[in-house]
Amino acid sequence: MKKIILFFVVVLLVNSGFSQGKYLTKQGFVTFFSHTVVEDIKADNHQVVSIIDTDTGDIAIQLLMKSFMFKKALMQEHFNENYVESHKYPKAKFKGRILDYEELSEGINEVEIEGILTVHGIDKEIITSAVIEIKEDEIILIGEFIVAVEHFEIKIPKVVIKNIAKTIKVNFELKHQPYKK
Amino acid sequence: MKKIVLIICYISLSTNLFSQDLEDILNGEIQESSSIVRGTFKGTRIMNGHSVETREKGVLDFLISHRFGRINSGIDEFFGLDDSNIRFGLEYSVTDNLVIAVGRSSFEKTYDGYIKYRILHQKDGEDDFPISMTLFTSATEKTLKDYDPEDKPTFANRLTYTSQVLIARKFSPNFSLQIMPTYIHFNTVPSTADPNNMFAMGVGTRVKVSNRISLSGEYYYNFNPLESIDSTNSLALGVGIETGGHIFQLIFTNSRSMLEKGFIAETTGEFFNGDIHFGFNISRAFHLVKDKEEEKLY
Repeated sequence: MKKIILFFVVVLLVNSGFSQGKYLTKQGFVTFFSHTVVEDIKADNHQVVSIIDTDTGDIAIQLLMKSFMFKKALMQEHFNENYVESHKYPKAKFKGRILDYEELSEGINEVEIEGILTVHGIDKEIITSAVIEIKEDEIILIGEFIVAVEHFEIKIPKVVIKNIAKTIKVNFELKHQPYKK
Repeated sequence: MKKIVLIICYISLSTNLFSQDLEDILNGEIQESSSIVRGTFKGTRIMNGHSVETREKGVLDFLISHRFGRINSGIDEFFGLDDSNIRFGLEYSVTDNLVIAVGRSSFEKTYDGYIKYRILHQKDGEDDFPISMTLFTSATEKTLKDYDPEDKPTFANRLTYTSQVLIARKFSPNFSLQIMPTYIHFNTVPSTADPNNMFAMGVGTRVKVSNRISLSGEYYYNFNPLESIDSTNSLALGVGIETGGHIFQLIFTNSRSMLEKGFIAETTGEFFNGDIHFGFNISRAFHLVKDKEEEKLY
């Protein structure tokens, strides 16, 4: 009997050992920036969730569009209600892979990430380079990429077309900690 | 004992054999922090009267409102367009929740001033809260010299006060509803039969038809109307168009005045008999206080 119990304890431990191959953050940072001659628009999101599976290099990122904070309340309202339609498409998601993850060493590495970015309900495949810092108890991922507003079928009315850039620069900084269930 | 082992066995199998997809984990971890529900109404007015909205700190809102004459006044009056009255207003947001304002209406040459204070915000997420509430209080001074020179009223005689509790809820991005219990005090009334203290209840709504266009309606029921005039309840229907910092509202109403005491207490038009005043509100927001961080971007 004791052996059986011991067996299950071992099974449980082994299983929980597996999940240590995942690193998670709930306070990831994503910011986007739109520059035109008329005005610069910037919004920050400090509540980005991101998870990396160190066994496979798979990465998934999600954020709520509503959590983007703008300088002007009216901009935030227009962003959510008119442009990205947060009530219909509350989340932006990324699902992809850090290429050649198994070849990375501890410390700072340059990596390529490829995957599908979903914004405003539209999927787009993106490939971007990033910097990854691997430590025993932390994985930091920092990078930037550029997306076209048009691609995500976000309609910009004519009157403000000069205020909003056609391409938006997105920066991310994600500090993952070991994920325990 | 065996049962316990079985349970442990079951749990360990069910949780681990099917290893969780990364996205499933994120779905469980993403947190919707509570956020203020914005844009219950697009502007600070529903139609004639105020909405719960206050502009953010440092914004100066310039308002120009027009009401023409009655549509049923015929071609001779060009369907009311010959006769127009205008109100200019300036509203300044001292904080995100406190607004002070002044205005001047050509109708009865009336000056007005008011304070709006938002005490509750509708929120969603963790600490959700169902409604927004704003207190409104105003004073108006009529300066039209329509009195007998022998019997000149004092400044205080011509003051009227209005207080409102504006309570609103944005039920969905497309539908908002507001109720406004109202109290009006006239320092002097035309006849002794008229009440100095008047109570009314208003209801207003906004229905969005596209990202920038919405339909609005507003109605005030008067519990103890003035007796010396043949007063009616105020009704306003219209369309709101929003473009960037501008809000433009087209209004059809049986009220002539754009001030609370005027349209709630002194409306005489019968909307469904065609006593309709066409009008519009235009508002333009100026950001007077620039964020320091924002300036650094340039």
